[in-house]
Amino acid sequence: MTTLDPSKAAGLHGAAGHEHHGSYLERKGSFWVTVWDWATTVDHKKLGVMYMTAVLTLFFLGGLAALAVRTELFQPTRIAQVEVKNSDGTVSKATKITGQLFAAPDATSVDKGNQIYNRLFTLHGAIMVFMVIVPGIPASLGNFFLPIMLGAKDVAFPRLNLLSWYIYLTGSIFGVISIIMGGVDTGWTFYTPYSTTTDASYFRVVAMILAAFILGFSSILTGLNFVVTVHKLRAPGMGWFDMPLFVWSTYSTAIIQVLATPVIGITLLLLVFERVFRVGIFDPALGGDPVLFQHFFWFYSHPVVYVMILPAMGIISEIIAVHSHKAIFGYRAMAYATLGIAAVSFLVWGHHLFASEGELVAMVFSALTFLVAIPTAVKVFNWVATLYKGSISLTTPMLYALSFLFLFSIGGLTGLPLGTLATDLHLHDSYFVVAHFHYVMMGGTIIAFVGGLHHWWPKMFGRMYNELWGKVGCILVFIGFNTTFFIQFILGTQGMPRRYASYVSEFTLMHQISTVGSYILLVGFLVHLFNFLHSLVLGPKAPPNPWGGLTLEWETDSPPSEHNFDHEPIVKHGPYDYDRVVPPHWDPKDYPLPAGAAARHH
Amino acid sequence: MTTLDVRQHGQPYDAPPSGPLWSRYKHAHHYRSAEEEFDAVKLGMWLFLATEVLLFAGLFCAYAVFRMLYPQAFYNGSHYLDWKWGGFNTVILLISSYTMAMSIRNCQRGEFRRMRLNLAFTIFCGALFVLIKLVFEYTPKWSGYFFVLDPALHHYADSGKTALFGLFHYVDGYGGKRPGMWFNYAFASDPYEPLWWGVYYSATSIHALHVLIGMTLIGRVLLRSFKGHYGPSHYTAVEISGLYWHLVDLIWIFLFPLLYLIH
Repeated sequence: MTTLDPSKAAGLHGAAGHEHHGSYLERKGSFWVTVWDWATTVDHKKLGVMYMTAVLTLFFLGGLAALAVRTELFQPTRIAQVEVKNSDGTVSKATKITGQLFAAPDATSVDKGNQIYNRLFTLHGAIMVFMVIVPGIPASLGNFFLPIMLGAKDVAFPRLNLLSWYIYLTGSIFGVISIIMGGVDTGWTFYTPYSTTTDASYFRVVAMILAAFILGFSSILTGLNFVVTVHKLRAPGMGWFDMPLFVWSTYSTAIIQVLATPVIGITLLLLVFERVFRVGIFDPALGGDPVLFQHFFWFYSHPVVYVMILPAMGIISEIIAVHSHKAIFGYRAMAYATLGIAAVSFLVWGHHLFASEGELVAMVFSALTFLVAIPTAVKVFNWVATLYKGSISLTTPMLYALSFLFLFSIGGLTGLPLGTLATDLHLHDSYFVVAHFHYVMMGGTIIAFVGGLHHWWPKMFGRMYNELWGKVGCILVFIGFNTTFFIQFILGTQGMPRRYASYVSEFTLMHQISTVGSYILLVGFLVHLFNFLHSLVLGPKAPPNPWGGLTLEWETDSPPSEHNFDHEPIVKHGPYDYDRVVPPHWDPKDYPLPAGAAARHH
Repeated sequence: MTTLDVRQHGQPYDAPPSGPLWSRYKHAHHYRSAEEEFDAVKLGMWLFLATEVLLFAGLFCAYAVFRMLYPQAFYNGSHYLDWKWGGFNTVILLISSYTMAMSIRNCQRGEFRRMRLNLAFTIFCGALFVLIKLVFEYTPKWSGYFFVLDPALHHYADSGKTALFGLFHYVDGYGGKRPGMWFNYAFASDPYEPLWWGVYYSATSIHALHVLIGMTLIGRVLLRSFKGHYGPSHYTAVEISGLYWHLVDLIWIFLFPLLYLIH
């Protein structure tokens, strides 16, 4: 309450005698009126919820593709000549294929099954990267909470926000059209000459490239919107260093989105020109330069790795501070580390090209790559230091934050042998790389996203999820994830190359363990899905501040009213001053206050 | 300290009830003041312009790489471009940038008639630019047909073949300078010449698309100016359309020497 204009504070939570503004979820009339209201809304909260729904649906789709890939890898593909007894008693030889999931039962060649496998892993990669992880956190939780955390009524350009949503939808539809028409087998990176030569029906490749191109515009516009919002719409009293760390990380993300995405835009456009008009740019057969494509692609796609991870780091900062009821350790260092990661992200793209660029260039990029370790390590140490002597509530979000620390550290540390030139040449394009980026992208981003969903679910929908099932889901995901991917580090060091549909027999057991792990992951996510759906219908009503947070979103109603705040809040303390501020709506039975805050309370 | 109240929602034009639209404009409901809104929109536009620069940076980078790889192809290919048309178009865009800037000034000073004239002239310049590009530059290279009024036509031997009621004359051995799969190798001076044309057509067509988008934005401002949307106290859209137009101009100023003047 201390952050509010004291004369208006009582009215904030719809207390009696004050005009109450309806929740943003309130229906505006009949079913179709409500649908129209949502389809044309410029409310950042509704857009955030719609993004969340789309992202989770596509996550499910991309996950199914991954499960299909893992299932195919349960057995190595083998071709055997077997003797078949004919009906007239003679014996003839026949080709029998085993271990291929997608092959027809009477197939005599592995080609068809392998093509389907190629399409499935491309599908998985393209969906997960372009439609889930990149837009995931900023567009859903960012859209919903960035303005509220700043004390604003909306983002700077609400109509542009609606436009980005429809652009995102259009891009996703292009992607789905490509999938329905049979899919793409280029890998999600669209490397030339794969993307210029494979797949005789080039329309599918073009549709998928256009999908990524269009999604890029959505990303640019969302990022632009967020940067301006943070610059111009902070509540009175909120300086730059009074902003919650989730806002800092979303802001840094937005800058990367704005500055990196146009480059992939022109790259993909040129790739479309190349594929459709046969203009030579990247295709060596036309005189183009395939390494140029790799440079262009990673000039965007490496910074975008931080578009994926920075918002996740922001969520983890929020969760750890709120659920330890303790000020984040080294707030300014955290904010600067966030900006530092964003800055360094533009200088390291060359480490994806160690095998295709000059030796000196590779050395420079290798050295620059290690710079990333510094701000990242600052963050990890600060999170751990925040936990130290905190009064930790072991809730589902907190469990997820702890998983993140564990998994992200493994992901980060296994990046070191990949950034080192000598070891990278051994590990390049092996399962070690696959395991490394899944530990960062999934163990980092997705884990934080799901943690953030649990953290903010009560605020978004006004309902509490079931804590027990949340924890069960979290533990299943944690176990499933490690079972799936840890073994892949070992597979990689032993020489299992990525993107292959089959393998030597020695790897069978390890692949089978990995596949079983992916099924456990599926069960974990299904538990979460049912827990969330259940909470929407039968969950108990959520209080405005279930965890005892201090940032502005915890002062609003759960779910927030249409304009977030009844009156513009005035910020009088930092986002993590747990030692001296009583959280809004705090109840003594929730947890004891630290000494400084308790003194204020009495 | 202003306390915003949700009741202001949805009424950017709330008081006084009389007077032209621009004088009644307050601000969108989630801003505290018109100045804040103006600053925010301008910051947003500058960021967008940064993305445009980066978009074209990719093209400039491709230009540099292929120029380094195939200098002979670029040398031969660029000789087919006429610096006079490129220069003329440069002048047109520079003039249009001036009239665009003037229209903003006119709006700030309440000179609405002049503002509309300047806006209309800016759009006219944009249209002229695209027209010259199409008729005098793309058409001869693509098909070998020169517009009858094209001064360059007189440098070549007219084959006597005409099209479109004699408006276009065919020149032997000239056309086929098309991008990609339409390139005619029969007239090629260098095996890698199509790469030069790929860069040329990609860069200039994407730029021409930006000219068309800019014309649309200015056209919208012009139409709305008739309804009195813009005036001395509210000219955000005029200003940011102008910013966009200057960017279109600026990119051409880099494209022109790279494509037309350097051989």
